[in-house]
Amino acid sequence: MFLKTFRGGVHIRDGKKLSSASAIKEYKPQGELTLMTNQHIGAPAVPCVKAGERVLLGQKLADPGGFVSAGLYSPVSGTVKAVTGRECMNGDTATAIVLEDDGLNEAVPGYGEERDWQSMTPAEIIAAVRDAGVVGMGGAGFPTHVKLSVKEGVKIDHVICNGAECEPYITCDHRLMLEKPSAAVLGMRILTSLFPGSVGVIGIEGNKPDGIEAVSAACEGYDNISVLPLKKKYPQGGERMIIEAVTKRRINSKMLPADAGCIVVNFSTVIAVAEAVAYNMPLTRRVVTVTGDAVREPSNFLTPIGTKARELIEAAGGFTEEPEKVIFGGPMMGFAVYDLDLPVNKTTSCILSYKRDRVYQPSECIRCGKCLTVCPEHLMPIKLKNTADERDYAEFERLHGLECIGCGSCTYICPAKRRLSQSIVAAKQFVMIEKKKAASLK
Amino acid sequence: MKTLNVSISPHIRTPKTTRSVMLDVIIALSPAMIFGFVYFGWRALLITAISVASCVAAEFVYEKLMKLPVTIGDLSAVVTGLILALSLYSTSPWWIPIIGGVFAILVVKMLFGGIGQNFMNPALTARCFLVLAFSSIMTTYPEVASVDAVSSATPLQLVKDGGTVSYAQMFIGNHPGSIGETSAIAILIGMAYLLIRRVITVKVPLSVVGSTAAFVALFTAIKGEPITLNFLTVHVLGGGLLAAAVFMATDYTTTPVTFWGQIIFGVAVGLFTAVIRCFGGMYEGISFAIILANLLTPIIEKVTYPKPFGVRGGGKK
Repeated sequence: MFLKTFRGGVHIRDGKKLSSASAIKEYKPQGELTLMTNQHIGAPAVPCVKAGERVLLGQKLADPGGFVSAGLYSPVSGTVKAVTGRECMNGDTATAIVLEDDGLNEAVPGYGEERDWQSMTPAEIIAAVRDAGVVGMGGAGFPTHVKLSVKEGVKIDHVICNGAECEPYITCDHRLMLEKPSAAVLGMRILTSLFPGSVGVIGIEGNKPDGIEAVSAACEGYDNISVLPLKKKYPQGGERMIIEAVTKRRINSKMLPADAGCIVVNFSTVIAVAEAVAYNMPLTRRVVTVTGDAVREPSNFLTPIGTKARELIEAAGGFTEEPEKVIFGGPMMGFAVYDLDLPVNKTTSCILSYKRDRVYQPSECIRCGKCLTVCPEHLMPIKLKNTADERDYAEFERLHGLECIGCGSCTYICPAKRRLSQSIVAAKQFVMIEKKKAASLK
Repeated sequence: MKTLNVSISPHIRTPKTTRSVMLDVIIALSPAMIFGFVYFGWRALLITAISVASCVAAEFVYEKLMKLPVTIGDLSAVVTGLILALSLYSTSPWWIPIIGGVFAILVVKMLFGGIGQNFMNPALTARCFLVLAFSSIMTTYPEVASVDAVSSATPLQLVKDGGTVSYAQMFIGNHPGSIGETSAIAILIGMAYLLIRRVITVKVPLSVVGSTAAFVALFTAIKGEPITLNFLTVHVLGGGLLAAAVFMATDYTTTPVTFWGQIIFGVAVGLFTAVIRCFGGMYEGISFAIILANLLTPIIEKVTYPKPFGVRGGGKK
């Protein structure tokens, strides 16, 4: 069977068996919740509550800080303990709203009430998405309403639901496919209704045959929405890779998916859109996979945003052995964290704990060329790393270094254990910052 | 609680290492080498052992003297030693592999910075040096007692003088030649292993073999000599071509890493080989062809820079 895919990529043992059979359990937070104001791409949210104030489930805690930004909503009812600086994953400090849960789950009026979305205008739907604080839940955290606000005259013919879940270990989307397929299809109906004449394609990797089956069944009766099985290969869920697999169109770093007539929304996010628009439920919870060889009972939890990682790990039976590394996200693109008190964000799909973390000593490049064959962007990581290490940014750009999507396939495959993607991503970020500086001076 | 490791993603790596890749090459070389030991006798084994030992020792001593980290554990020196031995005759004097091994590692590899830095294939450059420096010794091939009368010459010599060679003989490899180059079947087993383990792709061997055959046919036609199937088969299977195409033209360090670069490289090797074989005085020529093509590698890579995903127009701005 030839499934749709892209050229390049790596085959990784996916470790999904650990948690894929574990049904989603609702997690009740034990203590305080920490909602970071910078958990999305764009301007940080601006808190609109004060310490000591009582808040209800679904109440707005922070306004979007601009167009490219997202608001925050309370996942519980309780009291605002503090609005203060807290450390985030990368060690920076950002404003956070700290809540004390009162366990009553008293909701704001209208929370969870069904809405007749079919009578809403596209602008109203997009506003509803914005007012629910929905951001891309696959990892990037790009505000969804911005994605949906395409420029006048741009024709969108494909709404792609990204259910590839190509990162090893993560099973949150897989579980949602099995347990909430109709919510995803509802989300796709809402999204395709924004773009007349568009089709909705739900791309799912072939390693989830039960997910494909469940979602396909839920699609029945909706002619413009279908499931497309994709080849299991990392990074199949990369935005550019899934667009190519679905439409054969290719975009580069200077283009948006809309330039190829596409909107790509992650599977969890599509469900968040359905809940926001059709049920008036802001994004306050998400499914988090808690897994890894150091965790006793790998599980999937429906978790209030702001829950500490430590609580979830305990809910999964705790550690069998103290881990050497804990990762927020998958092993290929996730963040290694230094502190288990960090909260779950809207983008935290997985908390992965490894018993062992091997530190590799890089050796000389043997020029095997594997990094070229796996690069989904068809770049030459071997050359880009050299230009990055020599700080030759002009050459780095000329060799299309800015096209790198940071998937890490080159570092994964390198037999000499060279840190290719790390150098390339760092150089890319440096060049982008310099460009921004130069643009702001003009 | 222990402190947690923090690093930039990705957090997992393939189990393959430089050492495991080299080990794969050693495994792939072994059928051809074992055939050589059985067919040419204990002396073939001795020459191979001396060659490998010289290469490893040269790398070790150089790194110790220069106070560099010792890298013999990556097994690349073992591969160099095996490839050098593969292309030597079992009747070579004992000091030939020593000179060859030291030359390969010291002059060609280490002086340019060690693994991954040399621009010519160490084993082949050493072999070419030996051929030029000790021509008479390096062209004295072993007499093979057990086989019929034709075995007094290598297949390439036979066809150059207008003779024919049996196909079975070429496939099995029971004819005079270098230790590891005679048995096509053993080399193909090695190639299959390298392909299955994804150490090499079929691009280079295929383009080397295909273009050599094509250019030999072309040049023979230009010279107005008859071209027979047997003649072309001997060119492919009767000499060092197959072993070189599988084990030497696929050397990572000295050949292009780009997709089209590898094919162009293979065709260049085929062209040079055919020129040397058809117009030169030598019967072989593949070793010289490969090291000449090695010199073109940076240029080939430059002109075949891959076109990035989604970028329109050429690969370069």
